[in-house]
Amino acid sequence: MLFEAKNIVKRYAGHTALDGVSISIPEQSIFGLLGPNGAGKTTLIRIINQIIGPDEGELFFDGRNIQTSDIYQIGYLPEERGLYKKMKVGEQAIYLAQLKGLSRADAIRELKVWFEKFDIGSWWNKKVEELSKGMQQKIQFIITIIHKPKLLIFDEPFSGFDPINVQLLKKEILNFKNQGASIIFSTHNMASVEEICDHISLIDQAKTILEGEVSSIKNKFKANIYEVEWLGQLDQMKVKLPSYLSILDNGNSNGSNKTKFQIGEGSKPNDLMKFLMDDFDVLGLKEILPSMDEIFIQSVNATSK
Amino acid sequence: MSKISLIIQREYLTRVKKRSFIILTFLGPLLMASIWIVPIYLSSLSNEVKVISVLDETGVFFDKFEGDENMQFVQAIPQLKTAKENLNKLGNYALLYIPKPDLHVPNTAILYSKKQSSLDVKSYIKGIMKKEIEAQKLALHGIDPETLLSIKTNVFISSIKVDSSGNEEKTSTEISMAVGMFSSILIYFFIFLFGAQVMRGVIEEKTSRIIEVVISSVKPFQLMMGKILGIALVGFTQFMLWVVLTATLVFGFQFAYQDELKAFQKSQIVENGQGLFPNEPVETEIAETQAQDENIGFFIDALLAIDYAVILGSFLFYFLGGYLLYAALFAAVGSAVDSEADTHQFMMPITIPLILSIIMAQLIITDPNGPIAFWMSMFPLTSPIIMMIRIPFGVPYWEILTSGILLIFGFIFTTWVAAKIYRTGILMYGKKVNYKELWKWLFYKA
Repeated sequence: MLFEAKNIVKRYAGHTALDGVSISIPEQSIFGLLGPNGAGKTTLIRIINQIIGPDEGELFFDGRNIQTSDIYQIGYLPEERGLYKKMKVGEQAIYLAQLKGLSRADAIRELKVWFEKFDIGSWWNKKVEELSKGMQQKIQFIITIIHKPKLLIFDEPFSGFDPINVQLLKKEILNFKNQGASIIFSTHNMASVEEICDHISLIDQAKTILEGEVSSIKNKFKANIYEVEWLGQLDQMKVKLPSYLSILDNGNSNGSNKTKFQIGEGSKPNDLMKFLMDDFDVLGLKEILPSMDEIFIQSVNATSK
Repeated sequence: MSKISLIIQREYLTRVKKRSFIILTFLGPLLMASIWIVPIYLSSLSNEVKVISVLDETGVFFDKFEGDENMQFVQAIPQLKTAKENLNKLGNYALLYIPKPDLHVPNTAILYSKKQSSLDVKSYIKGIMKKEIEAQKLALHGIDPETLLSIKTNVFISSIKVDSSGNEEKTSTEISMAVGMFSSILIYFFIFLFGAQVMRGVIEEKTSRIIEVVISSVKPFQLMMGKILGIALVGFTQFMLWVVLTATLVFGFQFAYQDELKAFQKSQIVENGQGLFPNEPVETEIAETQAQDENIGFFIDALLAIDYAVILGSFLFYFLGGYLLYAALFAAVGSAVDSEADTHQFMMPITIPLILSIIMAQLIITDPNGPIAFWMSMFPLTSPIIMMIRIPFGVPYWEILTSGILLIFGFIFTTWVAAKIYRTGILMYGKKVNYKELWKWLFYKA
């Protein structure tokens, strides 16, 4: 494990922000840190960055207790992010890179490479206040990764980006993973979680309510739902429908039906196929796994009850 | 390079490169020097000779108006109506009409002019007339001007300080007051001006949301101290530039306009002349000069008596100590709010001791060793300003030392408190903060 947090507790006057939360981030993986607003995600991220300290619990980096110098191995893009408005872009990027431990010469060299890569070399001498929000985000992204950290933390990285730049960023994030970095990804955008995350942890009301690999969580939450494409009359089929099957949804396009069936407990997909094949022409069948959106809502609703 | 020096460097360079800094740096000395230079320069500029026609019905004064390179007096046609008409025709500057008096001695005159008549012309005429009238009155009462001259007495009180080992030192209350007041006011402005810059800097980092990026790389304390020290350097730079530039301007001017300067000083002596010794203007001047020389000799003694090493040393110490103490508090206030408009409620406890010190300064300067002066120069929030008032009057070393140590502890304490508020405050957005909340922040674990 690259990073581990064990039983982290953080209390503020009047409320507990984190109540025994643990996370483990394997090497070379993308870790989704999910949760509704106010769940404690930002507090946890600040603790990982050593901006604040936990009241209880332990933090491990690279298998040993975390040290102050480990912040040089971490790159953090906060959700509430900004830049010095009156400073020039290049100067500012050098300053922030130096704070992350780079020498001035290294900082300039690395920055030039990234500015070329993102096609923003001409902004070097512009003041930040002259740039659009999306342009500033690109610079913030570069500053986050400039010191080649082992652990990257992105808090809502795609907010404020147009789809082209989101694509560019995703590509870079996956690149970092392939080069050996681990990434913590905190977001509400479940589509991007499904697309790029390997592991997730869902925090709600200061506690972890769900964690694990994305594929196994999806399997855990699957509800025996299958989508079948077939030819025939829906009414005719409904009359014959056995009790272990229920229809959730039906659509009709180009003369064929697309119907979602839920198979009751104790029955198998084969039973569904047998039932359909007797009377209708089946064109295709696939299992429908729950989306992360649904899992998120379902889990959070379950805990708040 | 260590992080704190990186931060200091950024804080310093971004401010020093600002246009407002450059403008202020050059405008300050210009303003200060111009207070001194402009009047001299203007008087040297007015080369135009002002011709003033005089209609003197008394016949006493006309001869006395000798004029100078800027003023020339001519006899007017002895009829007021014609003379007034001629004022326009001849293009004279003004017409001075001295009517025949009702009593023995005249004391009024009317100055007709096309434009508002200038002050130096008026005061010149007034001075001459006053001298002449006084001479007439003296003659009338049979007083010999020589006698009067011998009566006129200048009293100087030389204050001499005797220390415990019996050494004597000439002192001057006036000089001590001036030095003390000047350094106190300087410290007061420095704290306010640059303390507020610290606060604004913190608010800027908070509202622009750069703060979270920065403190993922450095400790909040490093960021706060870096900012405070960086701005202190900005202040020192500005201060030193002001001193150097003002001195350059003044001395440069003095050198370039030596002659005009002498003329100006002479004309001032004439204008300010008391006029009691009409027949011996030269002697009077000499007497005055002698008196002044004596005075100057005494002032020089007194100036030399002031312990400049102590004054300069303690000035730098209280300058820096006072700034550091308050700057930390300003930083804490900046961290607790979301915008400058919200700072008022927290500014009160910071500004009250400062303003109180400067108000009390006027009282303390009259009694620099009284109990109020003593206690206020010990209390760290007021000592930077109050102690600087007292030091030119001479303060026992143990008092300076105690006050200095207390200031250092005060600085450590306010910085400790400020750092606690700061590290919580900078991460707190959109929350209305009150004193109770700040109190809680002091006890949050880092």
